[in-house]
Amino acid sequence: MSADSLAGRRELRRYSRHLLIPEVGLAGQEKLSRARVLVVGAGGLGTPVLQYLAAAGVGRIGIMDDDVVDETNLQRQVIYATSDIGRPKVVAATERVAALNPHVGVDPIPRRLDVSNARALVRLYDVVVDATDSFGARYLINDACYFESRPHVYGSIFRFDGQVSVFQRGGPCYRCLFPEPPPEGTVPTCAEGGVLGVLAGIVGTWQANEALKLILGIGASLAGRLLVIDALDARSREFVVASDPDCPLHGTHPTILDVSDVVPRPQAPLGVPELEAANFEAFLEEHPEAIVLDVREPHEAVLGAPPHARAIPASILESHMHELDSAQTYVVACRVGARSRWAVQRLHDAGFRRLYHLRGGLLEYAALQERFEAF
Amino acid sequence: MRVRVLTFAGIREIVGEPSRTLALPEGATAADAWNALAGEFPALAAIAGSTRLARNGAFIDGSAALREGDELAVLPPFGGG
Ligand SMILES: [Zn+2]
Repeated sequence: MSADSLAGRRELRRYSRHLLIPEVGLAGQEKLSRARVLVVGAGGLGTPVLQYLAAAGVGRIGIMDDDVVDETNLQRQVIYATSDIGRPKVVAATERVAALNPHVGVDPIPRRLDVSNARALVRLYDVVVDATDSFGARYLINDACYFESRPHVYGSIFRFDGQVSVFQRGGPCYRCLFPEPPPEGTVPTCAEGGVLGVLAGIVGTWQANEALKLILGIGASLAGRLLVIDALDARSREFVVASDPDCPLHGTHPTILDVSDVVPRPQAPLGVPELEAANFEAFLEEHPEAIVLDVREPHEAVLGAPPHARAIPASILESHMHELDSAQTYVVACRVGARSRWAVQRLHDAGFRRLYHLRGGLLEYAALQERFEAF
Repeated sequence: MRVRVLTFAGIREIVGEPSRTLALPEGATAADAWNALAGEFPALAAIAGSTRLARNGAFIDGSAALREGDELAVLPPFGGG
């Protein structure tokens, strides 16, 4: 028995329930103890991943996040305590991992993944978990993992919907699934659209499971399949993802030869003047005739209402447009400025001409005014 | 012919229901089905380029032909984590 084996280090009792599973056993547990996993993002997805990888005895875990714990994280990021608010996530998460399993080595990386560090970091680990919350980071992880020949476990969430897959060389990648990021502002983030807390746990634990299976070399991975989870109707479906022969990364004529920044296309210019949140009130004072057309849905009213508002939710705008006066001045607004962008364009197409758009939405305005609490 | 469209995430919110039956002319493609849906819900236009279509559980190009009874899933990307 060597001193660096699990038996030598007296860790066998901790993992006894793994050792009883033939697919894991002592040999599998030794593989876990020698494995290195990089978890990019210590948020809703990353924290359950960290907890289960640490509990499972993964030898070395990189925790990468440049953020601090915010009160709005606690609804789903159950690794953190209320007393962690304001502390760097990597510091708090490292403490929890160490408390859970002191046999796990942790690399706290309080940085954001970028073009300058992505490949060098990914190279240090055997498996990468994409637990980020931006499209730019997702494409960067995909490309870095491809160039460094590392498998990566993808997960993403929105409200009640989750997606999980595994991408690795020889099979389809994230670009085969989604060739280009959606234009800026067209797909809401969790901060904008919300997310069911427990869904982060569901998808994160799926990712942890896939990461552990990759290390152990057991079972069928989600490579080549996208698992789509619908927590509201309690359904899951899977879709076959094929390797795209025209993929710019690994297709027959690759055009991407190294990692680079993936910047979502800006949206097509809006044919309507835009107001910044900072100028919103002054504009309303100068234009007392202006009406704020609030296109948020009724449930969002908990955020509070803007001044001089008329509420018509975007979902019923088409059928209620006739109630509006096309000679009237309207400032169209929603929570973050995505639906209002569509709505103002729609009104413009319908012949309205005295239109303005509140860029950044009521959330940005609220943050400036402190008139209603910004969630 | 009739195909059943399955909606997900932001698309489901725009369409307002998890599935919807579309009546399409014979020979219609997946792109035709998407265009019929986007015609009914103009808010879908902004994410047309980044939405993926899957026929009976496998991702396909817009040019793929549909058949009576097909199930067409429309999946938007989402980046939350
Ligand atoms: Zn690819």
